[in-house]
Amino acid sequence: MNAATESPAAKAAYTVPEASTSPETKTVGRVTVDDPLICARNVDVFYGEKRAIKGVSIDIARNQVLAMIGPSGCGKSTFLRCFNRMNDTIEQARVAGSIKLEGQDIYDRRQDVVQLRARIGMVFQKPNPFPKSIYENVAYGPRIHGLAADRIELDEIVQTSLKRAGLWDEVKDRLGAPGTSLSGGQQQRLCIARTIAVNPEVILMDEPCSALDPIATARIEDLIDELRASYAIAIVTHSMQQAARVSQRTAYFHLGDLIEVGETDRIFTNPRHKLTEDYITGRFG
Amino acid sequence: MSKSVAETRALVEKSLRRRQWAERRFRAYGLGAVLLGLLFVVVLFTSVFSQGWSAFRQTNLTLEVFYDPAVIDPEGTGDAETLAVADYPALVRAALKQRFPDVEGRTATRQLTDLVSSSAANLLQARLTADHSLMGKHETLRFLADDKVDQLLKGRISRDVDEADRSLSDQQLLWIDALKHDGVLSLDFNRGFFTNGDSREPEQAGVWGAFVGSLYTLGVTLLLSFPIAVATAIYLEEFARRTRWTDLIEVNINNLAAVPSIVFGLLGLAMFLNIFGMPRSAPLVGGLVLALLTLPTIIIASRAAIKAVPPSIREAALGMGASKLQMVTHHVLPLAMPGMLTGTIIGMARALGETAPLLMIGMVAFIVDVPHSLSAPATVLPVQVFLWSDSPERAFIERTSAAIIVLLVFLVAMNATAVVLRNRFERRW
Repeated sequence: MNAATESPAAKAAYTVPEASTSPETKTVGRVTVDDPLICARNVDVFYGEKRAIKGVSIDIARNQVLAMIGPSGCGKSTFLRCFNRMNDTIEQARVAGSIKLEGQDIYDRRQDVVQLRARIGMVFQKPNPFPKSIYENVAYGPRIHGLAADRIELDEIVQTSLKRAGLWDEVKDRLGAPGTSLSGGQQQRLCIARTIAVNPEVILMDEPCSALDPIATARIEDLIDELRASYAIAIVTHSMQQAARVSQRTAYFHLGDLIEVGETDRIFTNPRHKLTEDYITGRFG
Repeated sequence: MSKSVAETRALVEKSLRRRQWAERRFRAYGLGAVLLGLLFVVVLFTSVFSQGWSAFRQTNLTLEVFYDPAVIDPEGTGDAETLAVADYPALVRAALKQRFPDVEGRTATRQLTDLVSSSAANLLQARLTADHSLMGKHETLRFLADDKVDQLLKGRISRDVDEADRSLSDQQLLWIDALKHDGVLSLDFNRGFFTNGDSREPEQAGVWGAFVGSLYTLGVTLLLSFPIAVATAIYLEEFARRTRWTDLIEVNINNLAAVPSIVFGLLGLAMFLNIFGMPRSAPLVGGLVLALLTLPTIIIASRAAIKAVPPSIREAALGMGASKLQMVTHHVLPLAMPGMLTGTIIGMARALGETAPLLMIGMVAFIVDVPHSLSAPATVLPVQVFLWSDSPERAFIERTSAAIIVLLVFLVAMNATAVVLRNRFERRW
């Protein structure tokens, strides 16, 4: 099923996990962090012949929000989906390079994607609750991974997850109502509750607020800030304000290249690369 | 700008009128098409019902019979063998003669006994076998009248026709009138039509055998085609990688859906009967052939239903760490089920009405017994319609239409079940 592990090119890439050319020579700023949770090195993503991500290296730190910004089509979403191997589902997509979660290569042949996705949760651009009840939405993950021994424990997980997602007070009286009956912002918080119900280590967010109004967006952003205490978060966003508000580190992508990485404050006040500067000052994108 | 605002507006208004006219015309066409379709449906139903309705009532003749020991068991042995082969028609004849004592001669007697169905003797035999104490007693029983009497009473045989061209003689008409006058001829609900198998005698012929045959055949078809088709659709849509092979398979499935059904019948004959040596005329083989026929239909509908499930649901499930199989069984399948059921019902409806392939595997045989197993010889409703429509007796005309009514009711019931099932699945979103 997995294109990356089967292709010879990918195998060859695994034998040289460290960069042949130093990542620093290409990307401006420091891509590494101390005690990283995830290390991505020289990651390439091909869609057929097209190279969508070009040798990107970056670390994801614990208890921090990493924002990935860049103009449309720059590959930031593609790159995000490498971390939980969602690109596996796209037939032409092929991933090369190495991504390690606490030193363990997630593209290793022995890595089980089911287990990986239990550790690395994902929230999608469009709220996509299952067409089931609110309760069932949150209980789904714990159920398939066997996290709850009995109904009482499951109830507890559902309640805590909904509370942490800030949705409990709004839905506690109608847990049996369909998840799709909620408003867009509530649906997205339900998706977040669903993700944290399996207690992941990392949460990937792919433009989680792009379909939401400003008030719903503000709630999600507050939530992201709270969740940072427990999880490492990588968020792809179109909104530079959002990146500035929620993240501690920002990575700027341009046409499949990682142009610049740095502390969010530094990137937005003092970008070093010309492209970064042009983008955040609104000259294009 | 070369045109003034006023000029532009005038042009727009002109084109507007044309567009509105075109739209109204198109709506009229659509409405006309719907009405025409409805008209044909009404004509079909009126013709079938007006022809077939009368078959649900059947003429009976009430007679008093005497279980004459001298006829049944002249030696007085009382053993089963003698009772089984006794001359029961003679009892019926005697009962009739009791009513018309002045009938003399072979021809006249024959004409008289022709008014009662041959099943009368069988009825007497069955009653006596069940209850030996009837011997030597009188009993008033209701017998089936012959189909010609029935047709006369229903007004389908004209009295004005010349005697030579009429299936009933003048003498017979007189007897019938006398019987009617005595009030022993009655039109009653035709139970036999719903409980009997086929028969050469129209008044004894029923659809139950064909109905059960259809039930068995469709049961086999459903049990085979639904799971296989759903599994195929899921595999092709969710698991198989796009290769030249899957493309080839897809093209072939689409082609199979268009193959004439008689070809499937020949395939069934060659494969199931000749190579595997399965029994002829059996619902099992019929079900197998019809399963081949419906598979492509259900596969195509199921694939469309699976494709219609939004990809975001799949992503959500996979993103939660569901395995591919869990994604399919927990999310894709429940959402695709209504569409799959619709496809199944279309396929099954087609299978129910299919005649040609079943002729090939011998389900067209004349079978009196109601089938009791999947390998017993049987026929199905549409074949029964075909057989009766081919029969010369006038009484089979109304029975043909009545069988069509039963077939249609079967179809409507099947569709209703599917709709109920589909709504149940949809309510669970």
